[in-house]
Amino acid sequence: MAIQQEKVVQDLKERFVEKIKEVSAHFGDDTVVIERDSLLDIIKFLKAEPYDYAMLLDLTCVDYMGQPDRFEMVYHLFSLSNNLRLRIKTRLPEKGPSVDSLTPVWKNANWLEREAYDMFGVRFNGHPYLKRLFMYDGFEGHPLRKDYPLRRRQPIIPMRKENDI
Amino acid sequence: MTYRIQKEARKESMLLNMGPSHPAMHGTTRIMLELDGEKILNAELEMGYLHRGFEKICEHKTYFNLLPYTDRMNYVSPLINNCGYVMTLEKMMGIEVPERAQYIRVLMCELSRICDHLTALAAMTMECGAFTVFLYKMKAREFIWDVMEQTTGARMTTSYIRIGGVRADLHPNWKETTHTAIDETRKVLKDVSGLIDKNKIFIDRTRDVAVVSPEMAINYGWTGPCLRSTGVSYDVRKAHPYLVYDKLNFEIPLGERGDNFDRYMVRMKEMEQSLRIVEQCIESMPESSSPQQLMAGGIEPVDAIKESRSKRTEKRIKLSPNLEGSEKERYKGIMTDSKGQIVPPKEDTYTNIEGLISHFKFFMKDHGIRPPKGEVYFSVEGASGELGFYIISNGTDKPYRLHLRAPCFHIVSALEEIIRGHYVADMNPTFGSMNMIGGELDR
Repeated sequence: MAIQQEKVVQDLKERFVEKIKEVSAHFGDDTVVIERDSLLDIIKFLKAEPYDYAMLLDLTCVDYMGQPDRFEMVYHLFSLSNNLRLRIKTRLPEKGPSVDSLTPVWKNANWLEREAYDMFGVRFNGHPYLKRLFMYDGFEGHPLRKDYPLRRRQPIIPMRKENDI
Repeated sequence: MTYRIQKEARKESMLLNMGPSHPAMHGTTRIMLELDGEKILNAELEMGYLHRGFEKICEHKTYFNLLPYTDRMNYVSPLINNCGYVMTLEKMMGIEVPERAQYIRVLMCELSRICDHLTALAAMTMECGAFTVFLYKMKAREFIWDVMEQTTGARMTTSYIRIGGVRADLHPNWKETTHTAIDETRKVLKDVSGLIDKNKIFIDRTRDVAVVSPEMAINYGWTGPCLRSTGVSYDVRKAHPYLVYDKLNFEIPLGERGDNFDRYMVRMKEMEQSLRIVEQCIESMPESSSPQQLMAGGIEPVDAIKESRSKRTEKRIKLSPNLEGSEKERYKGIMTDSKGQIVPPKEDTYTNIEGLISHFKFFMKDHGIRPPKGEVYFSVEGASGELGFYIISNGTDKPYRLHLRAPCFHIVSALEEIIRGHYVADMNPTFGSMNMIGGELDR
């Protein structure tokens, strides 16, 4: 018997009363906004039976420059057995944005979080290897932040040493 | 500048660098290997060599103008990318697309899927030494590209699927060319099956190499043929049907072991299913809103403009061959009729004031396509997996944020783990079977 999305959201609300900030549906996609300190608990709760959100479809960050909590992490979860998608969002402050890493739960979170770190400068606590993914070491700034100009030039970096593979 | 692999490598092992300009790296990816003899102990991928800042550019382009950028994501099957992006916006704005346009989209998407699989397998088999297979598959792809070229005007970067429908109707003899493409592809698939399916060399190199269990595939967020090769039946076309896929008959081929050979086999079988879909599309395609025989004749645009200065012209206007298929009479079948969301027909733009105004309104700054505030995620079944678009709109004509869920990003992220313990020579078929597309991976 497949679980309905309403039930999942209902159960979430009951289980994590104070941690759920907002529940909404944009264009038919269910969205749950949570407190950032309870991210791992909620994710683990959703990943377990009977909800079975076994797949991390997507992980990304959005920069709302000018708002008090500037960064927003967006997670898209997918449950194969129930054929449901759920969006989890959490806000991070402008100064030192950091959130728990999902690498213990999903392996593809490793690269996705590296990308978010590269593009937005969000730190992930407990990430095994937080290194820039697309940009090179020595790149200044985080390109997808709204205060990064589209055509900004980067300084020239020194040549690699010979023994560096 | 240090990499993990350099720090963690044992003193006695050898570090080998593959790429970024290595012929088997399918674009530009760098793989660093820690070797014990020929055995891979560890691998680290470095990418970003093809990073063009797609998401950043999109934030500075209008919804209409960023469509060509989506072509450059998965450049082997650009039509599926167009379709994914356009349908995300349509979901936001609630646009209904005419049935003929939906069938055209499905037809084009499936042809692209065949192209993508042909290319992926051609590269994979070529890297195992089967150059004949590569040439056969490229030949089949040419026939499919003929169909696309005649309809869309381009072979690769098509930008054909537009918000509200498709840019132009199918070319006049599309049925013949599509049938030729189907027949030629079937022939090639038969030949390739004969050459490869029981080929000892190929099986030895791919069977039980880089085995992925279903749990691991799901944990890595795999979708598409790679996930199905492990035996998990998930296809966006079946799970969340879009367009007219729920009216069409097709099956989801599954693998059993999740090794390289299964990934090859699933793609081969999927191409056959896609050909079936294409055949059904040809059969059940609704008629064009303007039959071919009515399309002949008409006055030259120059005369029409002259005439329109004094009175409204009712005559048919000959358009330039570049705009073939997007004549006004055909709009009904291929474009939605909601005003303001689509580019008005060219005949109207040049001969009457309403058309001109709506043309300007469409392209003027802060006008045109402005989806309501909110955020949306929508995905289609891309050739290598679930291709999702996540768009945040703030009510203006530019997206506040656009994120692409690239299927091969998740698939390639598993490479470091699954290649461990295999030989250097296993790298090529494994990497080939994942179908890494640089444009999509690096954005």
